Amino acid sequence: MATRTATIASSIGLHSRPAAIFVEAVEDSGLEVEIGRVGEPTVDAGSILGVMALGARNGEVVELTAEGPDAEAVLDRLVALLNSDLDAE
Amino acid sequence: MSTIGVADGSAVTEVRQGVGVSPGSAYGPVVQVAAPVQPPQNEEAPADPAAASEAAIASFMHVAEDLEARSARADDTARDVLKATAMIARDRALHRAVTKHLGEGNGPATAINLAIDEFAAKFEALGGYFAERVTDLRDIGSRAMAHVLGRPAPGVPPFSVPSIILAEDLAPAETATLDRSLVLGIVTRAGGRTSHTAILAAQMGIPAVVQLPGATEIPAGTPISLDGDTGEVVLNPDPEVVTNQRLRRERRAAALAEVSGPGSTQDGHPIALLANIGGAKDAELAGAEDLEGVGLFRTEFVFLSAAHAPTLEEQTAIYSRVFAPFDGRRVVVRTLDAGADKPLAFANLGEEENPALGRRGLRLSQAKPELLETQLQALAAAARATGADVRVMAPMVATIAEARWFAERVRANGLPKAGVMIEVPAAALRSAQVLAEVDFGSLGTNDLAQYTMAADRMEGELSELLDPWQPGVLDVIAAAATGAKHAGKPLGVCGESAGDPLLALVLVGLGVTSLSMATSKIRGVRLALKTHTLEHCERLAAAALAAEDPEGARAAVRAAATPELVALL
Repeated sequence: MATRTATIASSIGLHSRPAAIFVEAVEDSGLEVEIGRVGEPTVDAGSILGVMALGARNGEVVELTAEGPDAEAVLDRLVALLNSDLDAE
Repeated sequence: MSTIGVADGSAVTEVRQGVGVSPGSAYGPVVQVAAPVQPPQNEEAPADPAAASEAAIASFMHVAEDLEARSARADDTARDVLKATAMIARDRALHRAVTKHLGEGNGPATAINLAIDEFAAKFEALGGYFAERVTDLRDIGSRAMAHVLGRPAPGVPPFSVPSIILAEDLAPAETATLDRSLVLGIVTRAGGRTSHTAILAAQMGIPAVVQLPGATEIPAGTPISLDGDTGEVVLNPDPEVVTNQRLRRERRAAALAEVSGPGSTQDGHPIALLANIGGAKDAELAGAEDLEGVGLFRTEFVFLSAAHAPTLEEQTAIYSRVFAPFDGRRVVVRTLDAGADKPLAFANLGEEENPALGRRGLRLSQAKPELLETQLQALAAAARATGADVRVMAPMVATIAEARWFAERVRANGLPKAGVMIEVPAAALRSAQVLAEVDFGSLGTNDLAQYTMAADRMEGELSELLDPWQPGVLDVIAAAATGAKHAGKPLGVCGESAGDPLLALVLVGLGVTSLSMATSKIRGVRLALKTHTLEHCERLAAAALAAEDPEGARAAVRAAATPELVALL
């Protein structure tokens, strides 16, 4: 199982547009990815409602886990997404 | 209801009576707005939960496709919102929750509702931006339920021909987002004289009738005409009726075009004529009109569409845009007036048994002083940046101490003029003492009527009690005006009653010094003032106070007003 941490860079936190972009990327990967605060219960990262209900704000650290053949590469891509301000585009 | 004839040999002409709340007339085809869907009581459990789950998920997918199709036609901002909403409809966690509730023996619509409730509760607990998304969630649930139950999708259906919108009632957000160029008129079955639909329609200059019997049963596409002054709606109208309506409109327009400039009585007593506005778009429209400024800028409508508590910078920018068109003219700003009928995600003090009597207006500001502080700072900055004569007033003030508390904060922020809304009877009766603390007062006659008559504004059935012509309400207004005179402070009216030409004369006769109303009503009131002396207004006020009931008051004033004005009403 691959694990990564990321810091939410979007100024408005992980909801609305940033959450939508992130969840779309998870769906495109075809993998089961979980997201949560370190040491707390995780949610399905492919669920926009789950991700939004996490309520992760700007500057918060989250942990991603995934399983599968290219889990490492997928998580690297997802971390890069979270580490950029997705609302700025 | 009565059938008066057959128009063109096919459709039957029928006249129905509602309550006119926004002046003007309209003629066009009906678009029906479907009500939100609720799950049926004791809905039967499906025989095959697995098949029911597939059907429910298919309904969500249908909703998502519909939203995506609409997003393709929408502008940039709306497109992102619709796309994000479509994504929620496709959410697998939501689908799993529906499947779980179906497995527990719930009917399909009930299972959808329970799943939506689950996520709505999570979002509400998070507060702020998330609590606002609950509206989107509920809309998705309502649409999915409509689909599984084979009912029409709720809300305003897409339409491209200018039409008249018919609904049970419209939510403030629904009314605010209507496309003005496509909406000729609004008719609702519920609602009242002072419901938000009525206020927004008047503000947008869209003729409207509320409380029309059977409004939701008139088939879509039926041609109807409506008269927003008399409240008459005609189904399949005779072409002659439509022509007469148009002629009357033209006669009125010609008379109104003859008077202009600052408001005053025939003998030259100035009565400022001001606009009620709810945002930058209204400000721009009102700013271009012949009027003396803004008598009520409802700031909560600026907050309604915000995703979070607007920052100092954001608010300063919005207020600057609102003030800009009024260089050299006054703008009376009402600080945030949120309550349970206009809930804000970031200023929510929780559910209340009786929101109209709850922690709203200034009470909310006292519970969350940081919200008021930021707003006052932003107003002061925007006032400095523009040339508008900005005056700030607090809603729902009941006591002298509250008026003092507010005035101190306004002045501490360098804003020169502080005022209070007089809408609580206690403040009206003690207006001399309350107004001594501030620079001006403004009667909010809609809420004042609600609190004086103990009748809920949102309860259409109580419309008669809420009639601003109720002599009991006029007595309270008279007491407030007398107190203001003693205190030597100006007292305006910013309720919708200020826009009724006859009632405006009564208010002036009682001692009111400015009138603020929907922009579309100003010209009628200017003409009414121009045709009456102050002494005549005082006689009209005495006649209204002497009446037994609203009808009597209206009739007495009509009979004693100048024939010149009455002929145009």
